[in-house]
Amino acid sequence: MRGVFDIVGPIMIGPSSSHTAGAVRLGRMVRLILGEEPQKAAVYLHGSFALTHKGHGTDKAIAAGLLGMETDDERIRDVFDLAEEKGLELEFVPADLGNVHPNTARVMAIGTSGREVTVTGASVGGGNIIITEIDNYAVELAGNYHTLITIHEDKPGIVAIASHILSQHNVNIAFMRVSRQNRGAQALMIIETDQSISQKVLDSIKNIEAVKVALAIPPL
Amino acid sequence: MSKYQSIADLVKVAEEKGTRISEIVIAQEMENSERSREAIWNQMAKSLEVMKDSVEKGLTMEGKSASGLVGGDAQKLNKRRLEGKTLCGDPISKVVAYGIAVNEINAAMGRIVACPTAGSCGILPGALLAAGEALEASDEDLINALFTSSGIGIVIATNASISGAEGGCQAECGSAAAMAAGAIVEMAGGQPGEVAHAVALALKNSLGLVCDPVAGLVEVPCVKRNGFLAPQALIAADLALAGVKSVIPVDEVIHAMLEIGRAMPVELRETAGGGLAKTPTGQAIEARLFGKK
Repeated sequence: MRGVFDIVGPIMIGPSSSHTAGAVRLGRMVRLILGEEPQKAAVYLHGSFALTHKGHGTDKAIAAGLLGMETDDERIRDVFDLAEEKGLELEFVPADLGNVHPNTARVMAIGTSGREVTVTGASVGGGNIIITEIDNYAVELAGNYHTLITIHEDKPGIVAIASHILSQHNVNIAFMRVSRQNRGAQALMIIETDQSISQKVLDSIKNIEAVKVALAIPPL
Repeated sequence: MSKYQSIADLVKVAEEKGTRISEIVIAQEMENSERSREAIWNQMAKSLEVMKDSVEKGLTMEGKSASGLVGGDAQKLNKRRLEGKTLCGDPISKVVAYGIAVNEINAAMGRIVACPTAGSCGILPGALLAAGEALEASDEDLINALFTSSGIGIVIATNASISGAEGGCQAECGSAAAMAAGAIVEMAGGQPGEVAHAVALALKNSLGLVCDPVAGLVEVPCVKRNGFLAPQALIAADLALAGVKSVIPVDEVIHAMLEIGRAMPVELRETAGGGLAKTPTGQAIEARLFGKK
């Protein structure tokens, strides 16, 4: 059953829940997956996003999300000035991303440490989003749960060690997905949990030898 | 408490318990979300503040939307209203100005409350705040009215739709007017049965309304339509409070809206593929904005 704030709400910057509010959340998710302040981002806009992004402020919305803003932040309208102040270089490119949702964007972001991520996601209506790809790994992430993301060597035991660490800290796994590009190369694991993932848990996961990147992402 | 599935359920429980519909909606929300009454109340109070703020900003804002298609019309009407020159007078002219004001703020990337959607975000605040001023309602009355309108919206969303892509504009602006109508009746001291009739009367009058925005933007005809549909809520409320009844019961009207939405061609459901969007001027605007032939 829907809640009252699904009907009277959300509080948001207009004009469109899918093209503006959803786009802010997409940008925020990219920032969270990058795990640090972005310095440079190339944003590829597909379908309806490509066609109407100027009129709907989709470009500004994604930029605002990259800077960590919420969907109701009144600075979104003038976000490009703020991006310049913060030294975030932005590029928006209309693109054909193939057979994907009409409101899809792919963001290639580089952080202050030089870390790079490529994240693809869609705004699926009412401000809701789904991340569909992280660094060429197919994923399905809506940002409704606390989420642990790891990129690790594809070898036996990693999933067991990670889930053991979570259970030791009383973190319950709601959903889990592991994907990889090639056998024995690198794998990406996404664990959505009912409880928040503390710094301590994250540090333990990072200490697993095969883990290259570990990120704890709060719900959007 | 049982979950309400229809407006009839809401009316029945309210009558049995001798309580207002807003109380039933609050209780159900507490149960669903496992949050306290205070937390829910405060969140709705924040929505009311944003609504008031968006009306005020819309009546004074400078400039236009990014496309240049809308902006400044609420101010024009409000000026004429304050000069005492409008034919409709108050509160109707005020409701129209408020409704347009909020939707102009939305188009100009200002802060609004989607209710139920961003495209229809001027109707509920416009109607409710202007009616509230006429009734000398307190913030508490207005917050209760927002809960009543949410309950009505939940039923419409569950049994029909509040999405233009699914049901056309009737589902967005029509639902908003119906939510406002019912809430205003309760705020004015009407009985639960009268709330139901107001919802039915308002919704019936926007059945069949298509969603054909020029260039796919939430601007033309959305902004002015918010101005036209907001007073419809007050008219429906007045009729219901006067004892006028909808011949077709409200839940059947909601079902009719679902059926009409299903029968609506996709060109007229938020795709900018027909109607006003495909008029010569609509196409010329689209070409100018997006360089499309």
